[in-house]
Amino acid sequence: MLRLTAPNRVDAIAFVLLTGFAMLVFRGAEGIAEPLSRLRIEPVMLDPLYLPYYALRTTLRMFAALLASLVFTLVVATLAARSWRAGQIILPALDILQSVPILGFLTFTVTFFMGLFPGRILGVELAAVFAIFTSQAWNMAFSFYQSLRSVPSDLDEVSRGFGLSPVRRFLRLDLPFATPALVWNMMMSMSGGWFFVVASEAITVGNTTVTLPGIGSWLALAIGQRDFAAIGWAVGAMAVVILLYDQLVFRPVVAWADRFRFEQTASTERPRSWAYDLFRRTRLLPLLFAPVIGLGRLLLMLDPGGGHRRTTKERPASRIGELAWQALLAAAVIFAAWTIIGFVMRSLNWGDALAVLGLGCLTMLRVLVLIALASLIWVPIGVWIGLRPKWAERLQPVAQFLAAFPANVLFPFAVIAIVHWRLSPGVWLSPLMILGTQWYILFNVIAGASAIPTDLREAAGMFGVKGWQWWRQVALPGIFPYYVTGALTASGGSWNASIVAEAVSWGHEKLEASGLGAFIAKATAAGDYPRVALGIAVMSLFVIAFNRLLWRPLYAFAERRLRLS
Amino acid sequence: MATIAATRPLVELSNVRHHYGKGHGQMLVLDDVDLTLNENEIVGLLGRSGSGKSTLLRSIAGLLRPDEGQVRFVPGEDGREPSVSMVFQTFALFPWLTVLQNVELGLEAQRVPPEQRRTRALAAIDLIGLDGFEDAYPKELSGGMRQRVGLARAMVVDPALLLMDEPFSALDVLTAETLRTDLLDLWCEGRMPIKSILIVTHNIEEAVLMCDRILVFSSNPGRVAAEIKVDLPQPRDRLDPAFRALVDDIYARMTARAPAVQVNDGLFPGTGIAMVLPVVSTNALAGLIEEVDGAPFNGRASMADLADQLQLEIDELFPMAETLQLMRFADLSGAEIALTPAARRYAAADVDARKAQFAQALLAHVPLAQHIRRILDERPSHVAPARRFRDELEDHMSPDYAAATLSAVTHSGRYAEIFAYHEDADQFSLDDPS
Repeated sequence: MLRLTAPNRVDAIAFVLLTGFAMLVFRGAEGIAEPLSRLRIEPVMLDPLYLPYYALRTTLRMFAALLASLVFTLVVATLAARSWRAGQIILPALDILQSVPILGFLTFTVTFFMGLFPGRILGVELAAVFAIFTSQAWNMAFSFYQSLRSVPSDLDEVSRGFGLSPVRRFLRLDLPFATPALVWNMMMSMSGGWFFVVASEAITVGNTTVTLPGIGSWLALAIGQRDFAAIGWAVGAMAVVILLYDQLVFRPVVAWADRFRFEQTASTERPRSWAYDLFRRTRLLPLLFAPVIGLGRLLLMLDPGGGHRRTTKERPASRIGELAWQALLAAAVIFAAWTIIGFVMRSLNWGDALAVLGLGCLTMLRVLVLIALASLIWVPIGVWIGLRPKWAERLQPVAQFLAAFPANVLFPFAVIAIVHWRLSPGVWLSPLMILGTQWYILFNVIAGASAIPTDLREAAGMFGVKGWQWWRQVALPGIFPYYVTGALTASGGSWNASIVAEAVSWGHEKLEASGLGAFIAKATAAGDYPRVALGIAVMSLFVIAFNRLLWRPLYAFAERRLRLS
Repeated sequence: MATIAATRPLVELSNVRHHYGKGHGQMLVLDDVDLTLNENEIVGLLGRSGSGKSTLLRSIAGLLRPDEGQVRFVPGEDGREPSVSMVFQTFALFPWLTVLQNVELGLEAQRVPPEQRRTRALAAIDLIGLDGFEDAYPKELSGGMRQRVGLARAMVVDPALLLMDEPFSALDVLTAETLRTDLLDLWCEGRMPIKSILIVTHNIEEAVLMCDRILVFSSNPGRVAAEIKVDLPQPRDRLDPAFRALVDDIYARMTARAPAVQVNDGLFPGTGIAMVLPVVSTNALAGLIEEVDGAPFNGRASMADLADQLQLEIDELFPMAETLQLMRFADLSGAEIALTPAARRYAAADVDARKAQFAQALLAHVPLAQHIRRILDERPSHVAPARRFRDELEDHMSPDYAAATLSAVTHSGRYAEIFAYHEDADQFSLDDPS
């Protein structure tokens, strides 16, 4: 029940914060409704005074994309979980979409969105938001789907026994159960999004160059003008923004979501957030969330209600229905493949396709070598840190921040170094691909090492297990599942990064390494759609093959043998 | 309790059959079950794990529709069908709802107005003795308190029939005892609106303590093997001779062979290599032999006493006893287990002699072990993939049972050193481990 009481001191603080926040949102949003010509009249300028405004616009874009991802997740994942037929299409589709290089998509989506709203900034904004959305939505959808499928059977039986209607069941059981994993994935998505923000705000597609006001454009401009100071300002702004939304948005949400944790023991480590405590002590703040709660109540009021037992009816699978469905799917897949091949074949031939395949192999070689090198360096360090709780506590957030930090900011330095020392771009541009993604290996290995049970370590110590034997029988098996998770994420991220890492520029200097990423980047810049399509298709194939042939079997092995249950 | 009160039927089950799984590996879980539940009685469904009693319970609860047969709810005087509520073994509380919200869950589903909901829920919480914990979350409560919440939640919707699925087996002995007596108090004083309770359990003493009628359920497939009326007045005393006699009687009935079932050895379903075997620890078997051999039993013990002495549930004791019978180390008759001379020699022997005896018994009486050893002997390489045996077994039983049976024989075979098993390569061999 909403009761209006006299506000207290804490309310005043919260009020100030929220009003400031609302004003910021309005300020940022008014720039979106302008016509496109505005961008030419007020182009992006490297003046530090404008930086807060640009940071605001970028943050708004990222949160808009996060909101869109959340809606997408709730709709699509629920559909996939409830209907087996829908799941058959949705799950593989999500899997493929996850593997497709997002930056490769930009070419097509920008044209599409600009066509939707010709002459207005809104079109380009939507394109940028969509690009960020495609980097955030898939892992959230998967996590939600997994949660829906793994609801504990006894709670499911209680819901069905009392005849909870579908809406009520969703709000009382499914959504709360899935919330902790969803929140964690939202944080991961948010940090992964920064990489694409930088790449999606300054877009050159053929003859069209659009720069939206934001930190990404700032950086692109700074790189073009070889302005070190400007790059420094941008890095600072990013750090501030990340700190702000972490403290004001994500930490409170994590603290709030702790109540949904499905563990039967009260954990001693409850996540703390000063902002959450602040909000809880206010009296008027619940009024703010009244619309959301009201929506929930409305939904519950409207549903026809149950009270009847719900029996699971196992419909006998009709063979004809099954076959018809499979045939329909097969036909759709073949049709799609045919369209793509037709589109590509208009201007290219098989020789081109083979050449692209060769480039793909080259990039794959780079990714493999880099993952191996990064593992060799970071696994020992990660294990050392993980085994010392004090260090782990301090360094893991740092590693997570580094993973979130968009590495493309540092690329110009690499270009300078390569040009100065006349190094071969083919070899020395490669490390850039893994610059941002190696941290995934590090923080996962830290997590894995700190999860090795103390009694195993004590037993090893007592029997004098040292050196290579200790690594082989204690440390490596212990961290293996975590390592595989980290390496899988790192390798996927590296493929994506190759598009911006194999062709880098600094002012007028343009360096290029031969590989699939460079191919796609060049084709995008030239507006050569068939080549872009071919490049993306080949890269997606490589990533999917990698996943199926390498990571999944490794993961299955880790689950079967090395799980310490 | 005197049976003066009316005993109208509430639920009637007739010819209920249910299969588990599909197609080839289909298992018959319930076979022609006929059951009637009347008003004013507590009925116990007693059986071993996997005997299908949970399936039967869920059929009555409406969570499952049996493949064949009928579950009929007899309408009451007001013409309405009796409502049903369930209490779970794992408590099944929603961790993100407080005790009050958990108890209100069923009322919420029935669209009862908030004020009424709250009043009724508070009354139910008061009844089961958790007054003061309304705003607590489940993770702050102990196991016994959580089950009380489960009970309150089931009772607040005023069901006619209360179903309980092994409600006390997840609790420690003292808490379980307290809850049992509290439930019986509420029942006997008529403070619950419930007309009848069906309680599924694998604890014979619990069944005799609480129930007016006990239905002994046989497994593989499940059917009602016996019906026993318990006329002892409440409150019942575990040490009462009549009580103990009843417990003994039930043990006897559970070990007796059902005349319709055709088995060769022991009480295991299936014949030859298709005998479904339980996974039993060789250490535990040795321990059981030693226990029965020593004082005060001296080779002959009643199952009830043994269970009491060793603090074993029937799910733990029966598979061990039956395995011993299969290997001719024991005889099960009536409610007693008697060691054979071979077993008494085993008890007196040292480790090597024991292994030798065990190996002999295994090869002589467990057809699957014989079979594996013979195949290994015949092959020149003395190596055979486990997959081959699993496939053979799956021709006669479901994949889960096949895996469990092979596991059981592998375990015994390794102990007896009649063959070796390598998990990596998933194969049997005659070699010593490398």
